[in-house]
Amino acid sequence: MTSVLVRDVSLNFGTVEVLKALNLDVPEGEFLVLLGPSGCGKSTLLNCIAGLLDVSAGQIFIKNKNVTWEEPKDRGIGMVFQSYALYPQMTVKGNLSFGLKNAGVAKDEIEKRIARTSEILQIGPLLERKPSQLSGGQRQRVAIGRALVRDVDVFLFDEPLSNLDAKLRSELRVEIKRLHQRLANTMIYVTHDQIEAMTLADRIAVMKGGVIQQLDAPQAIYNRPVNRFVAGFLGSPAMNFLDGELAAGPSFKIGATAVPLARYTFDGSASRIGPAVLGIRPEHIAFGDAAKASPFSQQVEVELVEPMGSDTLVWTRLGSQNLSFRVEAEKPLTVGDKVLIGFDPARASIFDSTAGNRI
Amino acid sequence: MSAATRPSKLFKNLNAKIASIPMILTALCVFVGGTTWTVVYSFTDSKLLPRLRFVGIEQYERLWASQRWIVSIENLAIYGILSLVFSLVIGFLLAALLDQKIRFEDTFRTIFLYPFALSFIVTGLVWQWILNPQFGVQGIVRGLGWESFSFDPLYNADIVIYGIMIAGLWQGTGLVMCLMLAGLRGIDEDIWKAARVDGIPMWKTYLFIVIPMMRPVFITTLVIIASGIVKLYDLVVAQTGGGPGNASEVPAKYVYEFMFRAQNLGQGFAASTMMLLTVAIIVVPWAYLEFGRRR
Amino acid sequence: MSNPATLAATVAGADAIAAELGGPSGPRPRVTFSRRNIILYGTLIFAAIYYLIPLYVMVVTSLKGMPEIRLGNIFSPPIEITFEPWVKAWATACTGLNCDGLSRGFWNSVRITVPSVVLSIAIASVNGYALANWRFKGADLFFTILIFGAFIPYQVMIYPIVIMLREIGLYGSLTGLVIVHSIFGMPILTLLFRNYFSSLPEELFKAARVDGAGFWGIYLRIMLPMSLPIFVVAVILQVTGIWNDFLFGVVYTRPDTYPMTVQLNNIVNSTQGVKEYNVNMAATIITGLVPLAIYFISGKLFVRGIAAGAVKG
Repeated sequence: MTSVLVRDVSLNFGTVEVLKALNLDVPEGEFLVLLGPSGCGKSTLLNCIAGLLDVSAGQIFIKNKNVTWEEPKDRGIGMVFQSYALYPQMTVKGNLSFGLKNAGVAKDEIEKRIARTSEILQIGPLLERKPSQLSGGQRQRVAIGRALVRDVDVFLFDEPLSNLDAKLRSELRVEIKRLHQRLANTMIYVTHDQIEAMTLADRIAVMKGGVIQQLDAPQAIYNRPVNRFVAGFLGSPAMNFLDGELAAGPSFKIGATAVPLARYTFDGSASRIGPAVLGIRPEHIAFGDAAKASPFSQQVEVELVEPMGSDTLVWTRLGSQNLSFRVEAEKPLTVGDKVLIGFDPARASIFDSTAGNRI
Repeated sequence: MSAATRPSKLFKNLNAKIASIPMILTALCVFVGGTTWTVVYSFTDSKLLPRLRFVGIEQYERLWASQRWIVSIENLAIYGILSLVFSLVIGFLLAALLDQKIRFEDTFRTIFLYPFALSFIVTGLVWQWILNPQFGVQGIVRGLGWESFSFDPLYNADIVIYGIMIAGLWQGTGLVMCLMLAGLRGIDEDIWKAARVDGIPMWKTYLFIVIPMMRPVFITTLVIIASGIVKLYDLVVAQTGGGPGNASEVPAKYVYEFMFRAQNLGQGFAASTMMLLTVAIIVVPWAYLEFGRRR
Repeated sequence: MSNPATLAATVAGADAIAAELGGPSGPRPRVTFSRRNIILYGTLIFAAIYYLIPLYVMVVTSLKGMPEIRLGNIFSPPIEITFEPWVKAWATACTGLNCDGLSRGFWNSVRITVPSVVLSIAIASVNGYALANWRFKGADLFFTILIFGAFIPYQVMIYPIVIMLREIGLYGSLTGLVIVHSIFGMPILTLLFRNYFSSLPEELFKAARVDGAGFWGIYLRIMLPMSLPIFVVAVILQVTGIWNDFLFGVVYTRPDTYPMTVQLNNIVNSTQGVKEYNVNMAATIITGLVPLAIYFISGKLFVRGIAAGAVKG
């Protein structure tokens, strides 16, 4: 059942098109992440869903109700902000109850909801404190609590973890995931952090320039990016892009080297010929004995070694183009070593060299 | 710099010290020295020229026995309290209105602020003319047929200070509005969004969330207006000259009259010391709160 | 550019629901003359009129002849426009023995304002620079005294300064007044420059020191070129402040060196002769013209200047 439905929504600020006739359908209970670089329109879209921004065209439905003209408070949403946006002069309890009091919720009902929320988020001991007396993580928990007490169907998160340090961020990430498992509400989560997106999402919508580029499960997006932008945006270390030519066979020619593409599934049937870009993730490149078994392998020279702790990133060249691959941390590779690398073309992505679309 | 003989501490950073000489002289000679000098001489019976013949608190006794001083203190209190309240309220309201994403915001702001660029003398003279009983507001209303209408604050000893206040507010509220607007703009946009999602009406958001958040702005503004109010002088000179009679006398003018006209320096010093005391009562607690807490 | 397969599936589902629901679409309808807008703009326009009336009255009165003023309404526009009051205010209005109008005061004010602005800004900018980048022991103490000094009523300090100026023979001269303005401009300007220089990246200062530049070298070659905006703010602040000053002018100058504000007050509030309201108002506008011109030209920088002035302490 559809929980949030965005239909042909456009938003213009003056002559600038921030959202372009955008469609999005979020089923009940889904955790959807809107991912993209800053300025891609992801926060704008979230604000439109919340009713904090007026759309220029199109409709928004929440729970099958047209809410395009509704005030945020009437949309059945709760929202968590990047800067927490707690009311600084009120206690935690005051923050949780202020909206409910205004909505005319009965006193004992408010108490009940606060008790439940503070139990879920473990903020019971903090109820009498002011936001200034809380740590960043505690503040964000209270901010989530303020959305929770509203007892709504849809939660909107606007980069809620960006203001926290790396350690706290990963802790709260897990907590948000647990929260979703426990409540099973629809959650729409905006972030520019691909790890947050990959770990939290049921589905990710990758956005750029006010348009959704790809909407799919995290693994599908990771493995079969629809275009070069999505391929480059997800994954760290980043995907290798090799310029070359598609030739009959089919094969992909990088200078004198030819990569056989027999195992590659082309989008559509038309096998093309001409310039293209081959993308292959560093962890999909095999090395040493494993490479021998790959459909494509090649002798290369190690140029640079970047140990990263859990594994090591090795830089080399294929033809004249830079290429990186990942090896286990224990492998003793040094600059100048000649090694054999290889990969399975089935795991590669081939893009149109001008438009950047997947071929 | 040679390593063998380390230069004496005094010459370290010498250029910075030379550059700071005007500041050091001002701080020590004028601000500390001048203030101390005046306070000390307020306990003497200096007349035409300052002289060190101490008479204890006699000048202060005479000061507080003087009807003219009492009037000026009363005037300052009325003017001070009312213009504080009005300028804060009006300034905040105007700022809140301007903050509603309105059209022509710059035009409105320019209009509300331009009087602040004008001197108190110009302000006082314009309002003296507008409040002129014969040709000004009173004359016009009477001309419309309401013969008994009476509004002549500058010629009525009972309400003259309110006439000055109208002019003072006209000149100064723009500044308050500007400070308040800066304060409002400093409030996190997300707070407004959160309040909207929570369904809190706008006036409640202002009253219970935004204004409490702006407490530092309010306090700073308060101190700025208050320390300006104590200095109130030019406006009175231009608008009423202290009249009718002495009805619109204020402390700063009292000081000037006794120092430079009545040739009774001791009285002037005592009165100015009282002014200093008033400012200290406002500034010291504020400075303590503002800077004491930060440390 | 989106994945056709996935999107097609979701949109198909969406269409089914939308077909059932329909309803509002696009932006919320806006009423131009909603009650909120009427109250909002009504209040603002009302307030704007209140703020503009004195300016209007000044201009209108200054363009009328005396007979027309005596007839009655200060708000009515002039029937017959005359520039006679302006000429008289500028060139022939009398204060005491002098009958050469405001022009004398105007030039006095120029002679006071220009050197005061230059001197006070020169002192305060070097001062602020020393405080921001070359802190020496005790500097903060003097600075604190200076800031508190900004709150001390001038009346407490005017007489000691009279004595000091008399001792060095400058009492009553324009030079003396210039010194006084530089002294009292120091707290706020020093704060302004100190805060500005502190906000510049420290690496810049360090890099210059490593390159061998000294106190004055860094100030002149690195800091000055980077601080044009703050100098403009300081100039605005000082020109309006000094031009509008009355107290110091009246205390530290003699009738022939009176600045414009003092002379204006003497013209308008003189007890001799018939009151010429049109000349008075023309004189008032002329005196207000300089700060008004600065205000309207500088726009946002003026606001920045007073905001900077407001954070003193």
